[in-house]
Amino acid sequence: MPQIGVDEWVAQSGERRDQGAGLGRALAILDARVGWWPRLALAAVAGLAFGLLTGNVNLLTVGFTCLLYAILSLGLNIAAGWSGLLDLGYIAFVGFGAYGYAIFSSSALGTGGTGGAHLAAFESIPIVVIAGGLVGVVIGLIALRLEGDYLAIVTLFVGQAFFEVVNNVDPGTLGGVNGIFSIDPLHGLSGNVSTPRGYYLVALIVVVGLAAILHLLDTSRTGRAWRALRDDPLAASAMTVPVNKLKVMAFSFSAAIGALGGTLFAAQTSSVFPTNFTESILILIFACLVLGGAGSIAGAIAGGIIVWALEQMLSSPLDAGYLFYGLILLTLFLKIRPWWKLAAVLAGIVVLGFVAHAIVGAISSSATAGHPGSAGWIGSAVTDWVIVPSNATGYGNILFILVIGLVLALVRLQGTLRLVLVVPTVCLAACCWESRLIVNPAITTQIMLGVILIVTMAARPNGLLGTRRVETV
Amino acid sequence: MQVFIQTLVNGLVTGCLYALIALGYTMVYGVLKLLNFAHGDVYMVGAYIGYFVIQWFGGPNHLSIPVPLLIVLMMVIAGLGTGVLGVAIERFAYRPLRDAPRIAPLITALGVSFVLENTVLLLFGGFVRSYNTTDFISDTNGIHIAGAHIDSVEILIFVVTGVMCWALIQIVDRTTLGKSMRAVASDREAAEMLGINVDRTIALTFFIGSVMAGVAGVMSGLEFQSISNTIGFLAGLKAFTAAVVGGIGSITGAMVGGIFIGLCEAFSLSYISEKYSDLVVFGILIVTMLVRPTGIFGRRAMQKV
Repeated sequence: MPQIGVDEWVAQSGERRDQGAGLGRALAILDARVGWWPRLALAAVAGLAFGLLTGNVNLLTVGFTCLLYAILSLGLNIAAGWSGLLDLGYIAFVGFGAYGYAIFSSSALGTGGTGGAHLAAFESIPIVVIAGGLVGVVIGLIALRLEGDYLAIVTLFVGQAFFEVVNNVDPGTLGGVNGIFSIDPLHGLSGNVSTPRGYYLVALIVVVGLAAILHLLDTSRTGRAWRALRDDPLAASAMTVPVNKLKVMAFSFSAAIGALGGTLFAAQTSSVFPTNFTESILILIFACLVLGGAGSIAGAIAGGIIVWALEQMLSSPLDAGYLFYGLILLTLFLKIRPWWKLAAVLAGIVVLGFVAHAIVGAISSSATAGHPGSAGWIGSAVTDWVIVPSNATGYGNILFILVIGLVLALVRLQGTLRLVLVVPTVCLAACCWESRLIVNPAITTQIMLGVILIVTMAARPNGLLGTRRVETV
Repeated sequence: MQVFIQTLVNGLVTGCLYALIALGYTMVYGVLKLLNFAHGDVYMVGAYIGYFVIQWFGGPNHLSIPVPLLIVLMMVIAGLGTGVLGVAIERFAYRPLRDAPRIAPLITALGVSFVLENTVLLLFGGFVRSYNTTDFISDTNGIHIAGAHIDSVEILIFVVTGVMCWALIQIVDRTTLGKSMRAVASDREAAEMLGINVDRTIALTFFIGSVMAGVAGVMSGLEFQSISNTIGFLAGLKAFTAAVVGGIGSITGAMVGGIFIGLCEAFSLSYISEKYSDLVVFGILIVTMLVRPTGIFGRRAMQKV
């Protein structure tokens, strides 16, 4: 046991301080002791339990979508997270997989809705995934000549070009704007996968398998070389890392996984349209990856699950209320210290809301005649607190602009002024939420995704689960 | 021959608009080395501001002010509005990331573009709105050359684009602001050490670029009439192509590239295929990037280690 004053003890003091004490320390030790496969097994068992225990078809479908986006962000992670290649054409690979499955496992190759290839899933999926990987090689070879931003642009054009091709092609084989219908469900030797639970379980198996393979890849020579490539391509090539080969490999692996995700998507929805593969879906996948933590396998999976869970919550009026007010309270609890300032702000918010409602109601009863968009007890609890006029669209729009302005001002302000401004901002945000945002969950989700990208990049560039990168200077 | 000249005119018109947007891309890339994906959406917001100015003064059929005054007001208000928007985007989204890894501001830019597009969707709805230009500007007057027709809006576009490009070159070449922009573009740290206010220079660069995008938005509204919240993406992408083909970071390059892409698009529309004209433009871009990654006017930067 080293003693006080001994060099080693002094040298380790920083390390001990970082470990913390109590629960945090226990968790950190647990985190360090438990290897990767028990964690993966635990996650797999949790996913399996969810899939087998819930009987809710809707939940299972949402679960499938969560896992699908986990697969897609795992694929994107190889290029954008590990190797630092900003691949904005990733969506083309997903579309390639989906269209590939749609062609091989439907009547698309036949005439007049009959005939066609109708390959079994264990034939068509490997074909499509390998072909996707080869397309990735081709794009990777093109991308070799480009660096950084130029790579981003060219891949963006590849993505857009894919959309233009499938959208404008003659509505024969590829369906053009009409898409391809009646795609076979996943079918193998013994029957079809036709239930939501079946698809959920298939996606779960794929995610767990991919996570294991990717973990081994990440800790292999190749994985380390990819990270070297991301951190400094020039230094990596000076250390005899085969930069070109690795870039092409990253593109190809990422494309193959994207194509795999695409096949599952096509099989589950049983139809594909060009609009399934636009840049807004790409942004969705990026939001999953960036939120979870680019470069981390657990992060990519968690990102897919969180983003789709949020999306699902937003589309239900009661859950959306929990989400909105929960996030506001969480932010206030985390950001405002000490407790009496927090109490003052919360009291101010409550009082201001009721007072404003009473005053506005006394001046004009029609100005408070509307109903809040939140359902259930949240809706009735805030009825007398938020101001919602009977025709709320224009009012909500003005509030939305106002709230954006106030939030931007909050970012800039410091000290007491900031605390004071928080009160009206939260009240106005609640009014805007109840009168406008919750009424349009689809658009609100899109705005939220964009905000996730901006805020994550500014506040925590390594995402929720990513590890901090060592910046080389 | 008539088709040829008409195609040429159409190509020049769209080319002018692309050139104006491309200038914003290229200037921002010059000072920040950032691809501002949100720039196309700034152009879209400009088109919307112009639309609401027309509505404000009584709508296309019952204008309360003379048409020339209206057009000037549209351009000034839209230009100022988008200029402020551009400065706000830089201040709140990009400035915190100035020393972050290169990939971070690019993802932020995607996010900003997405937020702008969907905010407009939330506020004004997803349907296509029309300027109804023909109700207050006749499309039969103008110049006739060899059977082709250049109407007054198109003449307006040529004149305004010419004036703005000339003014921009004057600013960059002759003023102190232009000098500091060039200094920041060539080496930000050195410029800061020499006492140049880098934050202010970058903000003003965003302002100028966004003003030009806003004016381009108004003029495209006048020319093509229909606007929606999604017009920014494709226009931005093509203007971007223009900036890259011309050589990103080069102002002359952006102008020439814009005209070039406009002509390519118009000629592939009338002579090759209506459906695949966008693909032709993208194909040109990909080939340019592979053959000459620095574009027509770009200079190859030395890589410093």
